[in-house]
Amino acid sequence: MENVIPYRLQLLAISIAILFMFFIFRLIAKGKLREEYSFIWIICTALLLLFAIWRNGLDVIAKLMGIYYAPSLIFLGAIFAIVIFLVHLSVVNSRQHKQIKDLTQEMALFKEKLESLFKDPKKEK
Amino acid sequence: MSNISKVLIIVPCYNEQDSVLKLFLEIKNTVNSSHFFIEPIFINDCSIDKTKTILKENNIPHINLPVNLGIGGAVQTGFKYALRNGFDIAVQMDGDGQHPPSELEKILTPLHYKEADIVIGSRYITKEGFQSSSLRRFGINYFKKLNKLLVGVKINDSTSGYRALNKKTLQIVANYYPDEYPEPETIILYALNKLNIMEVPVFMRERQGGESSIRAYKTAYYMFKVSLGTIFLYIRLKFNGKRDTL
Repeated sequence: MENVIPYRLQLLAISIAILFMFFIFRLIAKGKLREEYSFIWIICTALLLLFAIWRNGLDVIAKLMGIYYAPSLIFLGAIFAIVIFLVHLSVVNSRQHKQIKDLTQEMALFKEKLESLFKDPKKEK
Repeated sequence: MSNISKVLIIVPCYNEQDSVLKLFLEIKNTVNSSHFFIEPIFINDCSIDKTKTILKENNIPHINLPVNLGIGGAVQTGFKYALRNGFDIAVQMDGDGQHPPSELEKILTPLHYKEADIVIGSRYITKEGFQSSSLRRFGINYFKKLNKLLVGVKINDSTSGYRALNKKTLQIVANYYPDEYPEPETIILYALNKLNIMEVPVFMRERQGGESSIRAYKTAYYMFKVSLGTIFLYIRLKFNGKRDTL
């Protein structure tokens, strides 16, 4: 069980995980990614880093869960996370949809009022 | 209290260049009742034809939406306008000329005498005038059954968009109104808010321009979307109480 992954590959995995983490932090620092969404990405990178360092981790956890073929655990976890995140995005999207609708209506009503005041300045409703 | 009801006629229009002016003149000229003071407002939902220019050049009172919201969002803009400007009654009337202004008094009178909170102009009580396709009638029958099952209200023409609402109803729809195909869904909304819905027979014309928002190939989607909306709205209002509508 010792040399499941060659060291070179492990080094590559660790550097990719660190690079990814750096990329996420930069996005947050620049204000391009809101903290509420960055949460899930930080957890993702942390997991990536964890398994890059802890070489037998995947096997150990798979065995604990009774999964015969360890790599299928990756797919299970990844697909589960993706689905959850997509639902979250749909919720955000729906909320924004309503917000945009409300804003549009407010703006249209406001514009109409402004124009009617221009036309007839004495009439102040 | 004065005995004159201030009425706002909300006309949502999307690419209705052929019918808006005619409709506006018709609204201006038809209702001569001493009970009602009538004011139309056209809601231009980001039309890509000449609707905007026609509205402006002819001095027709209108609101231009900067972003296309769909029929529900456009009508709701009118509801908000009605509430903010102190109208007692709001009428929704399609911009394509399907709903003749000559029938206005029929749907306004029950509201004026406080006999109902919502009046729906229905073309299926007496089989007069334009009756539309068999496909649409099938859909209407389906919603009739669904509404009856869920809230026990029997509405013959739940897809009719020719409706008059009083102030109490306006406060509800200003807060929540479905975006797409709002008509059948709102029956549930009104019924669960314990509003009194009345249906009166009206005469309807064939559309004079534009396209129906319900096209043949979209029917399946329409039925599905509205059923889903109706059922979930029912669950939300029934089990969450009236704490919030959205």
